[in-house]
Amino acid sequence: MGEANITPVLMPKWGLSMREGILVEWLVDEGAEIAVGDEIMEVETDKIASAVEAADAGILRRRVGAAGETYPVRALLGVLAPEDVSDDAIDAYIAAYEVPADEGGDEDSASQYEFVDTAAGRLRYARRGDDGPALVLIHGFGGDLDNWLFNIDALAQQARVFALDLPGHGQSTKQLGDPSLAGLAGVLQAFLDAVEIDRAHLVGHSMGAAVAARLACDAPDRVLSLSLIGAAGLGPEINADYIDGFVDAESRRELKPVLLNLFADSELVSRSMVDDLLKYKRIDGVHEALQQLAASLFADGKQQNLLGTEIAELSIPTLVIWGAEDRVIPAAHAQNAGAARIEQIDGAGHMVQMEQASRVNALILEHVLG
Amino acid sequence: MARKLSMKDAINEALDQEMARDPAVIVMGEDIVGGSGSPGEADAWGGVLGVTKGLYAKHGDRLMDTPLSESAYIGAAIGASTCGLRPVAELMFLDFMGVCFDQIFNQAAKFRYMFGGKAETPVTIRAMVGAGFRAAAQHSQMLTPIFTHIPGLKVVCPSNAYDAKGLLIQSIRDNDPVIFCEHKNLYAHESDVPEESYTVPFGEANIVREGTDATIVAYGLMVHRASEAAEALAKDGIQCEIVDLRTLSPIDIDTVVESVENTGRLICVDEANPRCSIAADVAATVAQEAFGSLKAAPQLVTAPHTPVPFSPALEDLYIPSAERVVEAVRKTMAP
Repeated sequence: MGEANITPVLMPKWGLSMREGILVEWLVDEGAEIAVGDEIMEVETDKIASAVEAADAGILRRRVGAAGETYPVRALLGVLAPEDVSDDAIDAYIAAYEVPADEGGDEDSASQYEFVDTAAGRLRYARRGDDGPALVLIHGFGGDLDNWLFNIDALAQQARVFALDLPGHGQSTKQLGDPSLAGLAGVLQAFLDAVEIDRAHLVGHSMGAAVAARLACDAPDRVLSLSLIGAAGLGPEINADYIDGFVDAESRRELKPVLLNLFADSELVSRSMVDDLLKYKRIDGVHEALQQLAASLFADGKQQNLLGTEIAELSIPTLVIWGAEDRVIPAAHAQNAGAARIEQIDGAGHMVQMEQASRVNALILEHVLG
Repeated sequence: MARKLSMKDAINEALDQEMARDPAVIVMGEDIVGGSGSPGEADAWGGVLGVTKGLYAKHGDRLMDTPLSESAYIGAAIGASTCGLRPVAELMFLDFMGVCFDQIFNQAAKFRYMFGGKAETPVTIRAMVGAGFRAAAQHSQMLTPIFTHIPGLKVVCPSNAYDAKGLLIQSIRDNDPVIFCEHKNLYAHESDVPEESYTVPFGEANIVREGTDATIVAYGLMVHRASEAAEALAKDGIQCEIVDLRTLSPIDIDTVVESVENTGRLICVDEANPRCSIAADVAATVAQEAFGSLKAAPQLVTAPHTPVPFSPALEDLYIPSAERVVEAVRKTMAP
């Protein structure tokens, strides 16, 4: 594909299980000048729908993908090129483009996860990127490493990214051991030891943010920076109906209304998202683990661990990100960490890293790379 | 971690994990270990289609080959369940249940009620159901409605490997008698199944596909026929919602009614004979609960009121096909 100044626009890959996506619609016309981060098209998978933001700048010379059609991951959907590239060259580029084979080339996406045995039990994690500082992503209560599906690859462009499943979550051990925040911070430290990370930038969401902050207080020499997203641990209030509802829901009908609390855009709560969470909640030991965590961290409908003052006294650079429409933890808590930088993002709820992924990715990279 | 597993292997894994977890779980049935006494692997059938293969090596005498007397060993399993064990009895073909109806209908199903709630009967009876196996009239029936008619019995019929494992573990842990129906033509069907133990709750239907134009209610193999039909209809812009009942007693009629309130159309697909079938039951209940939402008469797609034919050509005609489901959906859409 000779033309060095032609840049392809591809079907993105969100999460390890994604094989194909539907190009729902184009958000820009042919001939438009595109800047990095512009929303250029809407893509939908069986799990989630989201706008795709441009990874490269340029003029959209050709829309190759048609709205409403399904394409495999990394299929050519559009072509960016300067005006001086001829139409013939673009036609030749399109004709010559081949969808690259999946790395590993097999159907078994599970092999792309890794497992590591720690003192806290067997933990699952994903690892992306070869160069740059170590960045560790810690999901929230009831979540798993796939909560970062819109973040992990973008962050891995400039960092070595690790995302783990905390105990009781995802495909890690369902035995919690110590369900206190200090216990979870201990697991995180054991994970850093096991994957041989000396010092890391910690990015935590919700309960995961409190875990990251706890570790920063307990072992500040292991933590280069904190990025706290929709964080627990910064104020007493939490939506107790959400926590209780999530723990107790046994059916699709019970769980779906609970999950609506997580997003500003309720359309994002798909049948597949509800089904996947039900499948997780049905596994032996999960209900008990969630009950123990809720009883330990959110007893009586209040957050039991307030770390704001402690974090403020650390000399660790701290970024706080919050969705303006967070209905699980109030966005006002952002003020309580003494953070140098607080970013409130409109049009996003508690899962701000999914709803406004590229904004969150840019903020994290800016914070981490300085 | 989830990986692809056939329904047969998922059932085997459920039995294996529950036997490892709970020493009260025993498994009994005809040829489920080996049978006749010839030496070594040659004898280790693991049941007529090999579903229990390999379990004897792990759990030894907690698996028992029984005499060819269903009335004797189903009775023994029920008795053992009232005395602290959690037996899983394999009855081979549900068609053979006739000779042990007293033990099931009049004993197991009644103990909790007759003894004022003080007796529990945690027995699971596994049996193959359904046609398409060229096994003729006495080994091919879908007799689910006979069991749903009896209060005190729980009746399960999974459509895929994930549900089969979770529902079987739930059945074994349940304190009431469960009739667990395994469609023989789904044993090879694969889906993602977690390695860990998990339960799928009773009375919780699964929405296999979302749609706004018509609701197709099915269970077992018929879920797949409904999916084929929905796929074909989607090409013409007709969006079907498919409700997989998963358990027939208890039955999740709320999910069905909720769906019909959105779509206004109901098609019930059932491999059983039509009279007093699950299809008839669902249609009647929806007519009563959601009559005002219906835009057309509910349609029933079932086997005819005949025995299952031995002729392959006739047997294929006997089982409801995707084409018949498509026709039924179109009938509800006609002006």
